[in-house]
Order: sequence, then structure tokens, then C-alpha cells
Amino acid sequence: MIELWSNLPPALQMLLKGLAVIAVIFPIAGASSLAERKISAAFQGRPGPNRAIPIWFAWVPVIGPLLQKLGVFHLMSDGLKMLFKEDPLPGHVNKPYFILAPILAMIPAFTTVSVVPFGAYFDAAGHAVPLMLANVDVGILAVFAVGSLGVYALIIAGWASNSKYPFLGGVRASAQLISYELSMTLSVLPVFLWVNAPGTAGSLSLARVVEFQSQPGFWGGTWFVFVMPVSAFVFLVSLYAETNRQPFDMPESEADLVGGFHTEYGAFKWSLFFVAEYSHMTVGSAVFTLLFLGGWNPLPWVPLSDVAVWLHLADSPVLLGLLSIAIFLGKVILSIFVFMWVRWTLPRFRYDQVMKIGWQRLLPLAIANLIVYALAIAVIQK
Amino acid sequence: MATVTVSRPPLTLSERAYLPQILAGMRITLKHLFAPNVTLSYPEQRPAIPPGYRGVPTLVMDPHGREKCVSCQLCEFVCPPKAIRITPGAVPADQPDRAHVEKAPAAFDIDMLRCIYCGLCQEVCPEEAIFLQNDYSLSGYSRDEMVNHKDRLYELGGTLPDQHFKWDKKKAAEEHGNQH
Repeated sequence: MIELWSNLPPALQMLLKGLAVIAVIFPIAGASSLAERKISAAFQGRPGPNRAIPIWFAWVPVIGPLLQKLGVFHLMSDGLKMLFKEDPLPGHVNKPYFILAPILAMIPAFTTVSVVPFGAYFDAAGHAVPLMLANVDVGILAVFAVGSLGVYALIIAGWASNSKYPFLGGVRASAQLISYELSMTLSVLPVFLWVNAPGTAGSLSLARVVEFQSQPGFWGGTWFVFVMPVSAFVFLVSLYAETNRQPFDMPESEADLVGGFHTEYGAFKWSLFFVAEYSHMTVGSAVFTLLFLGGWNPLPWVPLSDVAVWLHLADSPVLLGLLSIAIFLGKVILSIFVFMWVRWTLPRFRYDQVMKIGWQRLLPLAIANLIVYALAIAVIQK
Repeated sequence: MATVTVSRPPLTLSERAYLPQILAGMRITLKHLFAPNVTLSYPEQRPAIPPGYRGVPTLVMDPHGREKCVSCQLCEFVCPPKAIRITPGAVPADQPDRAHVEKAPAAFDIDMLRCIYCGLCQEVCPEEAIFLQNDYSLSGYSRDEMVNHKDRLYELGGTLPDQHFKWDKKKAAEEHGNQH
């Protein structure tokens, strides 16, 4: 099996790996939409979607009703509905760009995944080999650069819709992205200053950050959320703003902008925007997990290598890889849950508040944080 | 006009920092996450109907299974949306103990597309023959189906256990020379 895999041409290997990762991200994004419905229901004291069931599942005694209660089939019926309902193309829109926008929303959402490691195994020499599509040195830069392109989809959608509210939504999206991109980038700088000690080969790779958090010893195994809580906080808040989630969903804000940038959209094109939003959420949660929550290390001060020794998995890379992916996905799903938890708790900020928080609170905080940590790191690492 | 001065105390530090407030809110929502549902799964679970509920108007029979309505048409007159239509008729010949009642509805139709569930018909009925009961869910495929005819009204209404027997008492009084 493994020989067969290694004998495939590298290009085909990459293609298959890429498809496999998209095959995981896409269902997670889809499942998030169902989870959103279920979790919002739970927070509001409702059972949530629990009716849809195909008849042949209804015949299965225990599992069928259980799946029905969990609303699993609503996921499929939602998807089918989105796929088969009429896709309206209003007459007043700029058609090429109107159609382009949802496609453009998907591309960065899926591209950023390629530089995000999602697991690791140990080779014969005992070195951790991260599981990722492209272990490039620019790592986090690539995530920021490509991830920010997602806002162009919103701007193009808002502009191409050729009506007031979508346009306002698009403008808000761009303003909000610019405001929070700064604090987000500044907040992760201390992490990379700390990881790239002078004299070592510099790298912005995310896998490197996780390796750094899996070292033995007290300081080696400490997750960055404990060492740099302010960075983690600023990053998390900016992440919520970047992914247009509550309480920062200005571009949508259905109360004041009808539906925001996607007011004129319907059916499949509309759902593409949402898959893109949830993919951004997933990737953002993944980056947060890698930077601050120790990636695929199960607990702080308990690195994956220790678990591999305890479970005698060190010499079976496939099982260990799967275990690390499971741990990592668990953290990502927990983070997505927190996204939803916040959404169903907080009301939306007003637009001026969003700008004020971004420029007058978060940005100075991020800069101060950077200066303090830069000085501290300079003193410690000499 | 009296001027009421509303006190607006300055925000405390934790309120201005906003973050503790967010965490407090998230604690409250987390409590709700594990609290039992407050909703009913409707068609399977039905809500408890409180006494005095005004549901679908129905015609009821007395404990002996006899018709109570005497076709006085008061309900027809009082009905605000004119949902009730009564065609008066004679008491059927096969009910000799009710021959002295003189009248009975030959037809009694309530158009449920017009009915506003106000309960005035029940209020006005001198015979306590029409009642708004607990049924609240009705549906049909056509307008005709939504008109409840007399047989359907009795089917919905059933028998109420009142012990008035007004017309029996009246007949007995007549026969024993003790009219009021």
C-alpha cells in the first residue's frame, strides 16, 4: 500500500493529497452550517433541525432515529436544495463579475489550506515530519496574503450587484479587513520572533511553530497562549473580524444592510459564499491552533512524541499521523464551536464601534505587545 | 409634564473594558446550552389546553344524546364575521319527547374560514348548545371542506354532562299544571 503510494508520480501524489484535503475541508464547511443551526438551537432552548430522514434510514432501528435527531440529513437536504433551486441572475447586475465573485470567494479559502499543517508523524530518525500539502518557508505569510484575497470576492460581489446595500456591504468588508489585518499581523510577530532565535535558520513555517511548542521541559512544552496571552487575544479578535463573524459581521449585517454583500445572491452562488466563510473560519481556527494552542500536541507540556511512546505508535507513522490529525481537528472543531458560541451570545457592533475597536484599541495594543515582547526576547536571547 | 431625571451612572471599568461582560454573557449562554429545551415537538407533543380556551366552535348534545339547539338563530345574528348560517326546521318526527320544542336546525353551517373564534355564539346561546372547545388545528384542501356542517359540528362537539334538561322540566311543568 505504502510502496504503491510512493511509486506514484509526485504530481499525482500532490493532486491526490490536495483533493483529500479539500474533501475534508468542504464537508467541514458544510457540516459547520448544520452545526451552526444545531448549536444556535441549543443555545436558544430549541431542539433544532431534527425531522429530515430518508425512508430507508427510517427502517434502521436505533441509528436511524438517532441520526434524525442529530439533523444529519438536513445537511444533505440543505445542500440538495441549494444545488437544485433556481439560481436567480438579476437583470441589473454586472453579470461576469456577479458570477465571478462566489468563485473568487472559494479560491483563497481553499488555497490557504495548502500551507497549513494538520498533523505529524516521526520518521526513522525521530524527526517530526509535518503532514501538509506544501511545507513552504513563508507559511504564515502565505496564509495572510492569500487569505486576505478573500475580501476581494466580497467587494466584487457588492460592487457587481449594482444596488445600494450590497455596495455598502462590500465597502464595509474592505474597510474592516484593512483595519484588522494590521493588528492580526502584528499580533503574530512576537511568536515568530521567539521561534526564530538568532543563529538558527529563519522560517515562517507554521509547522516550525508547533515543533517549537513540542520541545521537552517546562518552557519548551508551553503553548504560546500561556506565554503570549495578549497576542493570542488580539489574533483571535482580529480573526473574528477577518472572517466576518459576529460580533463583527458588518459586511452582512442583515439588520441594517438587508443581507449585505450577498443581498442579490441566491441558491448555489449564495451557498458558495457561506462555504467560503466557513472554510475561512476553519483555516483561521487551524492557524490559531497551530500558533497558540500547540497544534497536534494533545495537552500543554504533553507533546505528541510522548504520546507516541506511551501508545507504542512511534514506528507506525500512518496510525500516529491519523492520531495527530484527529487531535488537531478536535482542537479546530472546538475553536469553531467557540466561534458559534460567541455568535449566539453577542450582538453586532455598530460600524463606528468596529472601526474604533480596530484602530484605537486593538492596533495600539498589538503594537505595545510587539514592543514589549521584542524587548523581552532581545534580553532573553541576547 | 413631569420631568423624570433618569440616572445614568458612568460605566464601571469592567463595563468599559467590555471583555468581562462578554465572558459573563458567554457563561449565561453556556448555561442555556445544557438547559432542557423550552419548546414542544409540536405534532407529537401537544400543549396543555387551559380551561376557558376558545377553539373550534361545536354543537353539543345533552346527556341523553338529544339535540340542544332550538334554531333560535341568535348566534347567527351575533356572529361578527357572519360565519354561522342556520336553516330552521321542524323537530324530526322520530323524536316524540322533543316535539314540544317546536324548532330544530335543519342545517347548521359554520364557515371556519370566516370564524374569528370570538366566542360570542357561545356567550349568546340561551340553550348552551354551542361551545368553543379545545380543538385548534384544522385544515382542508378546499373552501368547501372548511365549512363545518351540522353532522360534523355534532361529531366535534359530543355530549356535555350538564344536568339542566330545560325542555324536560318545561314539559313536566306543563303536564302537572305548574307553569312557573
